Amino acid sequence: MKKKTTIFFLLFISYASYSAWVYTKGTEQNIPAKFTSQAMTGKQLWQQHNCISCHQLYGLGGYLGPDLTNITSDPRRGKAYAEAFIRAGGPTMPVFHFNDKQTEAIIAYLEYVDASVKNNPK
Amino acid sequence: MKGKRIAFSFWLLALFCLVFGLLFGMAGSLQYVFTGMLKEQFSFAKMRPLHVFLITQWISCAAIGGMYYFIPSVRNKGLFSPLLAKLHLFINIFIVMVAVSDFLNGKFTGREYMEFPLWIVALMISGWILAGINLLATVKPSYNTAPVYIWSWSTGILFFIITLTEASLWQFDHFNANIIRDITVQWKAMGSMVGAWNQLIYGSAMFLMCRISGSDKIARSKEAFFFYFLGMANLMFNWGHHTYVVPASPAIKMTAYIISMTELLILFNMIWKWLKTLNQEDKELHQSWRLLKMTDNWILLNLFLAIAISVPALNMYTHGTHITVAHAMGATIGINTTILLACALYIYFQERRSALPHMSKTFRRSLTVFNVSLLVFWISLVGMGIVKAAAVQQHTVFAEIMHKLQPWFRVFSASGFVLTAAIVVMVAPLIRQFTGSIIRHKPESASQRKPLTKVITIAEKEKQEPFSVTSDRS
Repeated sequence: MKKKTTIFFLLFISYASYSAWVYTKGTEQNIPAKFTSQAMTGKQLWQQHNCISCHQLYGLGGYLGPDLTNITSDPRRGKAYAEAFIRAGGPTMPVFHFNDKQTEAIIAYLEYVDASVKNNPK
Repeated sequence: MKGKRIAFSFWLLALFCLVFGLLFGMAGSLQYVFTGMLKEQFSFAKMRPLHVFLITQWISCAAIGGMYYFIPSVRNKGLFSPLLAKLHLFINIFIVMVAVSDFLNGKFTGREYMEFPLWIVALMISGWILAGINLLATVKPSYNTAPVYIWSWSTGILFFIITLTEASLWQFDHFNANIIRDITVQWKAMGSMVGAWNQLIYGSAMFLMCRISGSDKIARSKEAFFFYFLGMANLMFNWGHHTYVVPASPAIKMTAYIISMTELLILFNMIWKWLKTLNQEDKELHQSWRLLKMTDNWILLNLFLAIAISVPALNMYTHGTHITVAHAMGATIGINTTILLACALYIYFQERRSALPHMSKTFRRSLTVFNVSLLVFWISLVGMGIVKAAAVQQHTVFAEIMHKLQPWFRVFSASGFVLTAAIVVMVAPLIRQFTGSIIRHKPESASQRKPLTKVITIAEKEKQEPFSVTSDRS
């Protein structure tokens, strides 16, 4: 009789339970780096300047710039390479005029992201 | 009927968002072709969110406009509260103005697709609550007997409220201070939000099919409900294909993989069945039919990409490449936009049937250009994805990959220009019509009207075949 509403509620309860699991246990993996206040500042700068519009983290984001998930540990790029672009921009990247503190904060955030994943997604 | 002007206003807002969204998209594509051109003034970081935001507004405002136009005729009476709908409209206009101005001034929250501050999200949620009140109070559905489009519209609204809330959870440290959780939940919300707007659009497509064929049998079939629930399961659980490479629990990947690859089949199956029920006369009359038929082809094409994105072994190569963009563009333009334009045309001809012959000719030509340019556009994105995936496997440096992609970028940008022109030609009469309807709101005289199709309203149908969306017969 009320089969449709029963199916709906069963699905909805499953969704709510799954969501609660995703918010907790499903994303509880250990990251071998601390999310320091400097990394937090870096994340805020990353978001305020909409870096994800051109760059990717874990392959998610825009494609005009490279994926930066492992940039700080990449032997061909590394921290100094990232820092040079953050300070001076690039052929397609605008100059954001970050000061030393801000540049270091963004690097700290990228190091934290790098530590969260071993394999480079792209 | 009460509420029509508000429906037209939503359509007008949606069409303006579409046109400007396309223009910003074109401006963004130029950054790929003319590297560094005006990068300080019109940076990609500004163009992309403007394009994405306006196109998502096109989809949601058009879905709302369609719903506000259609729901009064479900019960053959006016909208429950035009005042609430008007408030919803003003909220949306305000949101569009603030967001566009913020993006142009370089103010972002950096959340990709949800670039606005919390108070704007709160306004969006309140708009959806108002739409929900109007839907429920106008239709007064008994869900055990209601046709599937009522379920789809209700589900779409409910999940917009849920996912907009979920997308704001990053404000709490529990989410923000854990990058894995933050990105997983962000894409969980975004993935489900796409499912929510699909529910709204598929609801309108189903309603339209019932109206054109003159029967709502299809919207009451067991099959329609089977696919509705399957679509809902996809909305809830298949978002994980976005985050395969994020090192969260492998169970998320497994869940998404098991549940995925069915969503596009849902609509394809339903439209296929519906096409078989139509007679030739109906087909010739309806430009809306042409658009819905075209949707079938795009569903099929996108199905291949959906498979490529959802199978983990293939996702390893396609993730982070333009194949993902091809899937997104194929779905938003080839599927969502064609269904919404079909709804807009249906409404256009309902309001101004004397325009049919002239409109048909112009429309057919634009539709051909639209199809060809979209195909070239889509192929160029798939091509870019393949070239990039191969180059990444060979550990090619990024600058060299971009250099290799240059010819593809040119094709992509040029076809995007043609596609934009075709869409603008198609929507220009709709903009004129909706503007006129808002200013005058004077329907055509009976002599100007000619029958569009043998539409049987649901109210008439109830007399023939007792059913009521008001009385609970369960």
